Amino acid sequence: MRKSGGEILIDSILKEGVDTIFGYPGGAVLPIYDALYESNIRHILTRHEQGAAHAADGYARASGRPGVCLATSGPGATNLVTGIANAYMDSVPLVAFTGQVATSVLGKDSFQEADITGITMPITKHSYLVKDIRDIARVVKEAFYIATTGRPGPVLVDIPKDISGARVDYENPGPVSLRGYRPEQLPSSRRLKEAADLMAAAKRPVIYAGGGVVSSGAYRELLHLAELILAPVTTTLMGLGCFPGDHPLSLGMLGMHGSRYANYAICECDLLIALGVRFDDRVTGKIAEFAPRAKIIHLDIDAAEIGKNVRVDVPLVGDVKEVINLLVSNLKAKLPGAWQEQIYLWKKEFPVYYEENGHLKPQQVIQEIYNITKGKAIITTEVGQHQMWTTQYYNFTRPRSFISSGGLGTMGFGLPAAIGAQVACPEAVVFNIAGDGSIQMNIQELATADNYNIPVKIAIINNGYLGMVRQWQEFFYNRRYSFTELVNPDFVKLAEAYGAVGIRVTRPKEVTVALKKAMAVEKPVVIDFVVEREENVLPMVPPGEALGKMLG
Amino acid sequence: MYHTLTVLVANSPGVLYRVVGLFSRRGFNIDSLAVGQTENENVSRMTIVVEGDALILEQVTKQLRKLIDVIKVSNITAEEFVARELVLAKVTANPAQRGEIMQIADIFRARIVDLGRRTLTLECTGDEAKIKAFEESLRPYGIKELVRTGKIALLRGSKYAGVNNIKEEAL
Ligand SMILES: Cc1ncc(C[n+]2csc(CCOP(=O)(O)OP(=O)(O)O)c2C)c(N)n1
Ligand SMILES: [Mg+2]
Repeated sequence: MRKSGGEILIDSILKEGVDTIFGYPGGAVLPIYDALYESNIRHILTRHEQGAAHAADGYARASGRPGVCLATSGPGATNLVTGIANAYMDSVPLVAFTGQVATSVLGKDSFQEADITGITMPITKHSYLVKDIRDIARVVKEAFYIATTGRPGPVLVDIPKDISGARVDYENPGPVSLRGYRPEQLPSSRRLKEAADLMAAAKRPVIYAGGGVVSSGAYRELLHLAELILAPVTTTLMGLGCFPGDHPLSLGMLGMHGSRYANYAICECDLLIALGVRFDDRVTGKIAEFAPRAKIIHLDIDAAEIGKNVRVDVPLVGDVKEVINLLVSNLKAKLPGAWQEQIYLWKKEFPVYYEENGHLKPQQVIQEIYNITKGKAIITTEVGQHQMWTTQYYNFTRPRSFISSGGLGTMGFGLPAAIGAQVACPEAVVFNIAGDGSIQMNIQELATADNYNIPVKIAIINNGYLGMVRQWQEFFYNRRYSFTELVNPDFVKLAEAYGAVGIRVTRPKEVTVALKKAMAVEKPVVIDFVVEREENVLPMVPPGEALGKMLG
Repeated sequence: MYHTLTVLVANSPGVLYRVVGLFSRRGFNIDSLAVGQTENENVSRMTIVVEGDALILEQVTKQLRKLIDVIKVSNITAEEFVARELVLAKVTANPAQRGEIMQIADIFRARIVDLGRRTLTLECTGDEAKIKAFEESLRPYGIKELVRTGKIALLRGSKYAGVNNIKEEAL
């Protein structure tokens, strides 16, 4: 049967089980949009290509399935860049399709030409420029395979307009082979035994778990391992929810804004079991003094992460879930002792807390969102103080319930990510906990939410500042608040203009009522929480300091 | 310390860019790089000389392996291998000096490949030490232009880091 390149593309995407594409049209993707017109794929028109990339990212994080976005050449493609970089840093399976100028004018600075495969080379797992219509089906198959296997990540496929517009007799692609790509690996039995021996001998073990546990779906395995060897578990930002936050062995998050007890446990442990993590500088603080008393076991699917930032005693390259299963078969259950007692005491002595003073505090807002959603919502955040308070005051108990930009720290991620998550999980309650600065970076996506009636709830923690930057200026730059104060629009009116419900809250006792109202409507809702302006996120490990040296 | 890596890559567009980009963005130093087709027309071999300690080398190799177009990375530094580089040098040579220069060429088993009115162009192959010595001996005459290919290398004997012993990943 004769088909256009655009039709072959859409067919191939459908074959990968994709039900939704987030995109934005333009000249170079007209043949692809023409194929979408009568296809079975749901297309969501975002209001900015960055929104499309983040929405696809949020969709992927919430569902565990690859996210797909589509943009035109030139400015459309470059608008995806932040979204692709964001997915790359957080290892999110994303396939981005871009239109490109026709092959006849490629490389000639043609109208809306941008070398998007070149631009995105450092921020993609792999990329393709398709120059033959017969390659489309194979490339799509490879792209999804690469994005979703091994350490997941974004793949970009750039398709010139004459290729998507051409017609050809369609043939199914044969089996695909990627000679240099071997995503599945297993550690040797010698390494497994070394790891199991260290675990058996450890007196003060700590598990440090991250995004890799989520990607691998190793929650039950992690829980089993922790309970077997009675190791307290601290997670990274990316790992929140991979271990139940209400479990007695849970230490919450570690690092710069981690809990005191998580950071103390890292300082005192004699064995650090690192699972699907990458020893980011926001996590380790001063690297030379990170886990100074510990032997380190590092399990990750990406061999290049092992030994990159810290020396490791036992490297284990493989899938977290598979390898934990192999490990536990060699382990015996342990009994609680002095270490577990110590953890318990630390948790009692240094709980996360804030001072109430009759004014509306950001922490209260987040705590009440937790209460009203019974901890069962999908929470996305933007980047800043509100993001860190969310990690402290919303107790995440389920994987994929916390969706936040970790590695890149992208303001403007939260709203489109919430839209993507809500599309992936229509039954879920989805909250975007936002800052007054960040929300304005992709505020246009309110129109998307309204257009498709995607009932996300947006809680703006409105402190009138780029709060996190202001906090650093307060602590480290003598309170010189250089360009961090915000003059904001009326968020309630803005919400209403976009067809959403707008609510303003200025006093502590109004919080519950507003949240109940937001939950009750089947529409996007914006709540403008006007909070205490100069509240700080504490505790805090000053940049470059050891984890034990926390302020506040 | 210098390490010699031989890297087999798929002959796809942009592969050189991917490899070189990786080195520059991660701050690894390339001392020399030579690329060319192998016995298999779909595969190219890059010989890369990298400077760095063991930790850097480990990262270089692991990061290279992550590139989808990279089929195989072998660090052959500690193995027995044959390495060669080719150099072309254009030196000032007035008629009186030609004899001396030709003698130098003889010693290094270099060849005269071009003759100008006041210049001689020589071609020489060899390992790094030889090329360096060759260059030094020509310097007094005045090297006007010089170009080196960068090192290429193969393992000695029947050992090989070739394409044929690579498993294919089928979908
Ligand atoms: C795109 C982008 N630009 C700049 C920054 C730097 N930055 C980090 S946090 C922050 C302030 C965020 O302000 P707001 O959204 O109001 O959150 P708050 O800290 O006040 O809760 C800024 C500017 C960033 N992370 N992302
Ligand atoms: Mg703010």
